[in-house]
Amino acid sequence: MTVPTVDKPPAGPGIDREMLGFLESAVSEAPAEELETQPSTETQAEAPVKQLVIINWSGEFDKVLPTLIMSSAAAASGYRAKVFLTFWGLLPFVKNSRRITGDNWMQRMLSFMQRPGINHLKMSKMNFLGMGPWMIGKLSKKYNVASPAELLEACQALDVEFLPCQMTMEMFGLKAEDMIDGLGEPVGAATVLELMTQPNTASLFI
Amino acid sequence: MTHEAATQSAETIQLDARGLNCPMPIVRTAQAIKTLTTGQLLEVLATDPGSVADFAAWSRSTGNEIVSSSVEGGVYRFVLRRK
Repeated sequence: MTVPTVDKPPAGPGIDREMLGFLESAVSEAPAEELETQPSTETQAEAPVKQLVIINWSGEFDKVLPTLIMSSAAAASGYRAKVFLTFWGLLPFVKNSRRITGDNWMQRMLSFMQRPGINHLKMSKMNFLGMGPWMIGKLSKKYNVASPAELLEACQALDVEFLPCQMTMEMFGLKAEDMIDGLGEPVGAATVLELMTQPNTASLFI
Repeated sequence: MTHEAATQSAETIQLDARGLNCPMPIVRTAQAIKTLTTGQLLEVLATDPGSVADFAAWSRSTGNEIVSSSVEGGVYRFVLRRK
C-alpha cells in the first residue's frame, strides 16, 4: 500500500512541494497500518462530489430515455444528478392526466398536437402515426427495458433533481400544478451555466 | 479487519436483479445498499451481461467493494460490501 500513496500524492492545488516532501517522509517512516487509513481519508475528504448535468431539450421517447438512464445511473453511482427541462423536454414532465394546457389558443393547440406526459412520448424518427412507439414498446417489454415512467420513478427515488425552465413554463402556459410532483423550482440559463462549470461535472445536451 | 467482524454479525442481504436491463440492476443495487449498515454484504443476481463492467465502475465510483463476482449459467452473482 505504500507505493501508490508515495508515487501519487493527492495533487490538489493547495499542496506545495514542501508539504509533499513532508508527507513522503512521514509516510515512509510510519508503520504499515497507519498508511492504509490516513492518506485515503484525507483524499476522500478533498475530492469534490462528481456531478452530471443534463440539458433535456427533446421531448421524444428515444431522447428522454437516455436522459433518464444516464441520470438514474449517475445518481445510483453516487453522483449528484441534475436535469434542466427546457423547450420540448419540459412536456414529458407534465402530469399524464393533463390533456390540454395553456391559457390561450396557441398554447392549447400546442398541447393538443404534442400530448404532454411521460406516458405519451413519440419517437423522433419512425413514428409512423404511433406504429414506431408501439413496436418499441413491445420490444422494450420483451427485452425488459425499463419504461420512461419506471425510469422517472427510479430517478426521483434516487434524488435526481429536475429543474424546469422558467421561460418554457411561461411560453407553454404551464403552471406548477400542471407539472408532476417533486420537480425543483423553475430556473434559467445562468443557473444551468453555473452548474455546468462546477468542478468534476459532466454536461450533456440531449 | 473490523469489516469482517461486522459481516459475521450482520446477515447478507439478497437482491434479485435477474431479467432487469441497464440501468436497473445498478439502480436497484444503489437503493438496496442504502438499507445496509457499513460492512454488511449484499448479494446481487443479474442476467444483464453489461452488468460486469457496470458493477466494476459502480464500485469504483461509490467506494462499495466487490467482494466476489462469478457467472454460472448466464446468471452473474456479485457480492458487495457496503462502505
